[in-house]
Amino acid sequence: METHVSHRERLWLYIWVGLVIFYLIAPTLVVIPVSFTSTTSLLFPPPAWSTRWYEAFFGQEKWLAATWVSLRVALGTMIITTVAGIAASYALHVSGFRLSSAIRGMLISPLAVPSILIAVGIFFVYAMIGGLLNTITGMILAHSVVAMPFVILTMAAGFESYDMTQEMVARSLGANRFKAFMTVTLPQMKFSAATSMLLAFLVSFDELIISLMISSGPVATLPRVTFATLRDDVDPTLAAVSTLMLIVTCFPPVILHIVTNRARRKAGRDAG
Amino acid sequence: MSEATLQASFSTVSQVELERNRVALDKDKRSEARAMFRLTLPAVAIIGLLMVVPIGWLLSMSFVNLDGQIGVDNYRLFFNEPVYRDMFISTFQIAFVVTAICILLGYPVAYLLAILPPPWSGLLMLAVLMPFWTSGLVRTFSWLIILQRNGLVNSALIGMGLVERPIPLVHNMTGTIIGMVHIMVPFLILPLYASMKAIDGNLMRAAANLGSTPAHAFRRVYLPLSMPGLIAGTIMIFVMCLGFYITPALLGGGKVKMIAQRIEESLSLYPTWGPASALAVLLLIVTAICLSISLYLVRRLSAGRE
Repeated sequence: METHVSHRERLWLYIWVGLVIFYLIAPTLVVIPVSFTSTTSLLFPPPAWSTRWYEAFFGQEKWLAATWVSLRVALGTMIITTVAGIAASYALHVSGFRLSSAIRGMLISPLAVPSILIAVGIFFVYAMIGGLLNTITGMILAHSVVAMPFVILTMAAGFESYDMTQEMVARSLGANRFKAFMTVTLPQMKFSAATSMLLAFLVSFDELIISLMISSGPVATLPRVTFATLRDDVDPTLAAVSTLMLIVTCFPPVILHIVTNRARRKAGRDAG
Repeated sequence: MSEATLQASFSTVSQVELERNRVALDKDKRSEARAMFRLTLPAVAIIGLLMVVPIGWLLSMSFVNLDGQIGVDNYRLFFNEPVYRDMFISTFQIAFVVTAICILLGYPVAYLLAILPPPWSGLLMLAVLMPFWTSGLVRTFSWLIILQRNGLVNSALIGMGLVERPIPLVHNMTGTIIGMVHIMVPFLILPLYASMKAIDGNLMRAAANLGSTPAHAFRRVYLPLSMPGLIAGTIMIFVMCLGFYITPALLGGGKVKMIAQRIEESLSLYPTWGPASALAVLLLIVTAICLSISLYLVRRLSAGRE
């Protein structure tokens, strides 16, 4: 939208927005230089540089174990939610059966329920049935609850812009439904599917509150161990951990965002 | 395929065959619906068994008193004990202040996002999404570094001669609010941007054409049009603030107690689930009411557009 207002007249707006963006982004980056400090304090800027805190991270069993747990849980969550979520959103999209809007609402409802409530509820269930508290499987199932809405919403948006008659064509030419979906529909929804997988992975990798309730000891996740360390003994290892988490959680989405944008623009050009 | 069969049945003009076809098609449709319903079951089972059922159970547990009798003792606790009253007050206070600051910071960003031409709007969007992606724990930790006694902000303030000795910015209400605003701003910007994107730019040009100054046109045309989106987004982040756990726990330094922390504490404090579940139910009800209002507003907004 162009307006009749000149850039100079809008200068205050640019300045204000610039300040807000600075507030949103700059503080987080502080952990990167601090992680390379040579001292035991969290002073910024660091008086001298070293990589000792990364050595501390990779040398400590507690951090490595937690990272390994987090990766396994996030991977498991990603697989379960994308398979179950894609199946559900496909079904909800192609047929409007009686309960479909109720089911859709239910599947995205974890977004609206405060995580502390989900955490308390899951803790109760696991405490009752036993066998799932403090296990990787239990963590994966629990994280699937909070990751599911992201998959459902992303896939629903993808199906919205997809022409289902293509799958009909494949089926009328003799492919069974599953094959038609896997070879015709899914390849064209690869960005939505990739986004879903990434979101599910990240939601799980980042999740803290549920993990606080249901994981401890050898199956404590990275955020959980980070949280405990932050409370008890703060040292620059935390900055090293934060920098690594920043890399894992921040860069893939940015890359995906750029790739999708470029693909979309290219598709727009080809169509035009 | 169904069309071909239909045509065939028309040519024979047999009422019986038509009826048989209709029954067969109905049966097809029903079996399709059943198959599709079954496809949703894994996802439904996960959410149902791990979220819906336990929350229903929390609801029933909240009406069981400490002595095992059915009653409302757990809810009465909230009115009788000042600890709970203070906690409710500070929870709402923090949520209110954080939401207000978010509007102040977020509205201009959403506005600029909606009016900027492509390459710039994409970059700005990336800048808004980046903190959105970043781990909340990492962001909270970085505030701890910046706001500490000898941190960046305090040394800058002392360097500029604004204060003489470090002011306490963290382990209190101030730190909690700074950290929470940081997490909530993108949650306001995104829905606000979506609703602003739908505003017809010609309306502003028409206002200018009719002699309105930019500021006047903004106040009388743009602001009212963006209001439903703003209100919906505001309610949403307000509700999210009520359930916050990590930031007040880490940046509040034990002085700031919000409802989520109290739920966690009373779980470890009391031998029964009563008080914690009553708090949980209360939080759920407030959340549900606020979100319904917000949903209603969004629906009305999109209905008005059509």
